[in-house]
Amino acid sequence: MSGKLLQVVREDGQVEKALEPRLSDAQLKELYKHMLQVRLVDERGMLLQRQGRLGFYISAEGQEAVHVGAGYALEPEDWYYPHYRDPGVGMMRGVTIQEMFHQLYGNRADATHGKQMPNHYSWKDRNVVSVSSPLSTQIPQAVGTAYAMKYRGQRHVAMASFGDGSTSEGDFHVGLNFAAVWKLPCIFLCNNNQWAISVPLSKQTASESIAIKALAYGMEGVRVDGNDVLAVYRASKEAVDRARRGEGPTLIEAVTYRMSSHSSSDDATRYTPKEELEAWKRKDPILRFERYLRNKGVWDQAWADQLREQTNAQVAQAIQLAESQPKPKLGSIVDDVFAERTPQLEEQLADLQRTHPEVE
Amino acid sequence: MSRELTVVQAVTDALRTEMRGDDSIILLGEDVGLNGGVFRATDGLQKEFGEARVIDTPLAEAGIIGTAIGMSLYGLKAVPEIQFLDFIYPAFDQIVNELAKFRYRSGGQYAPNVTIRAPYGGGIKGGHYHSQSTEAYFAHTAGLKVVVPSNPYDTKGLLIASIRDPDPVMFLEPKRIYRAMKGEVPEEAYTVPIGKAAVAKEGDDVTVVAYGSMLHVALQAAMKAEEQGVSAEVLDLRTLVPLDEDTFLQSVKKTGRLVVVHEAQRTAGFGAELVALAAEKAIEHIEAPMLRVTGLDTPFPYALENQYLPDVPRVLDAIQRTVSY
Repeated sequence: MSGKLLQVVREDGQVEKALEPRLSDAQLKELYKHMLQVRLVDERGMLLQRQGRLGFYISAEGQEAVHVGAGYALEPEDWYYPHYRDPGVGMMRGVTIQEMFHQLYGNRADATHGKQMPNHYSWKDRNVVSVSSPLSTQIPQAVGTAYAMKYRGQRHVAMASFGDGSTSEGDFHVGLNFAAVWKLPCIFLCNNNQWAISVPLSKQTASESIAIKALAYGMEGVRVDGNDVLAVYRASKEAVDRARRGEGPTLIEAVTYRMSSHSSSDDATRYTPKEELEAWKRKDPILRFERYLRNKGVWDQAWADQLREQTNAQVAQAIQLAESQPKPKLGSIVDDVFAERTPQLEEQLADLQRTHPEVE
Repeated sequence: MSRELTVVQAVTDALRTEMRGDDSIILLGEDVGLNGGVFRATDGLQKEFGEARVIDTPLAEAGIIGTAIGMSLYGLKAVPEIQFLDFIYPAFDQIVNELAKFRYRSGGQYAPNVTIRAPYGGGIKGGHYHSQSTEAYFAHTAGLKVVVPSNPYDTKGLLIASIRDPDPVMFLEPKRIYRAMKGEVPEEAYTVPIGKAAVAKEGDDVTVVAYGSMLHVALQAAMKAEEQGVSAEVLDLRTLVPLDEDTFLQSVKKTGRLVVVHEAQRTAGFGAELVALAAEKAIEHIEAPMLRVTGLDTPFPYALENQYLPDVPRVLDAIQRTVSY
């Protein structure tokens, strides 16, 4: 539980052989693909917001290795409780770029029926739970799901993902405490990107690290280089294996950096030190992993070029189709409040239909 | 077969009856296990169903509701107890932003089936923090159903209906009458439908609406009014959300007069909703100002509890004022 940072691949791409996970070349390329796809979707999402075509966007730029590495350590039956800066887990479980853009546009084809802001996905058939804007609420919920898994005698785990700001919320403390007392198969993944909108980590906690907080709850805590996808994968896999063996929860602190603004509504140049940003640019998780793959002799430039081209084409196609879809039907505004519409909701809808006959 | 039970015994009976037939039901809360709850509402249940199904949780309401949501998303039916409604606020975010919103925000993908039980209301010398009646917060939150029983039979039937209901339910138990009366309660499982009010007493001159422990104050006042030649109809709402508008409006249209009784403070209380509804949908039948007999717009007082809570003289006074208008 020291402040020592687990690192597998150095910034120059050199690997710590003793710590290198046993992954096939195909698996390594998969990790690269997932990270790159998150990056490319985000780049385009931000741009669309700037062009006024999307109302809002949240980018995970610079943090791709955290949730991609952790998500890769999970099985499809394991539940993932995301926040709003970790879409890669859904993607690696088969969520298509098209599905994502339908949600971003809140159109009629959106699986959540246009009920939430962009980036607040919900992928039930992939065991990725609905994203909430309030912070840390997903932490005790993941604990409850881990309880249910244990109660049903299954060997699945639940993972909750959140940022460093979230560790100041009561639900963080409450959730970790419950999980440790109940010794549950639950993993807490802190994406420590150093910033909660404009508030730096130093104003968030006086602890020497976030991982060390695990000690007080009576659980394992590990601190990993969050820009090193193999380090995150390794720590996550160990935590998942421990959880499956019935040895309880783990808090993982993945140290990374938010390379974008908090969201499209924020301007991080107002408060982020330029030198800091430049220094972290050199630690970019995707470039670092590329260096590692090159050193290992796995890198295939033609494959990488094609991947980039294909993904960009998929994104362009997804945008085109998403923009051509109509808005959700007016009636959907009263659906899914309850399992069935109440008489009151029917009446309120009828009023709306009378005054807005132009909306389908 | 049925037997005489109190309201709190009917709660235990409902839980036991449902849990025997459905191993997905989990109870959790502070002191609900070994101690059987501070009001003994879960007495003997941990012994019968084990620690995995009747959980003594760490002391944190946000954790109780948050974990209940997570259990329920995975297919369990969680029935958390909040020891006193006054202590529910650390879990307010989990209830209002999470439990109530999950179905909507996920487009129907994730729908937690959680029934939150909480003893509420005054009349037990509980002072400021063991007496609050804040049902309006929850009635004002889209996505929550709000159920308040007033007698042993309804308590069992409504609680079973709440657990079986696919939506989140705030099940508010009037602790003042937990042991104030006994009533026939069948041994087997049965439901009392959510969203249906009951006519507790028929009458022609004025409609008195109440729920929970206030139903009994309203009934006593109605009996007194009867002695004075006023025929009061008393409605037991039983469910605040979704409200049984038909039964309510039918009665108001018949009598043309309305008195609403609740413990909660007056401003923006549920009584305001009922009066507004009558004004919107039955104004042509209304013959007198519609009156509210409620708690005061103050924090709940300790020494003057009996003056704060609506009682028979105050309800009777309102009945007389409206019929003599």
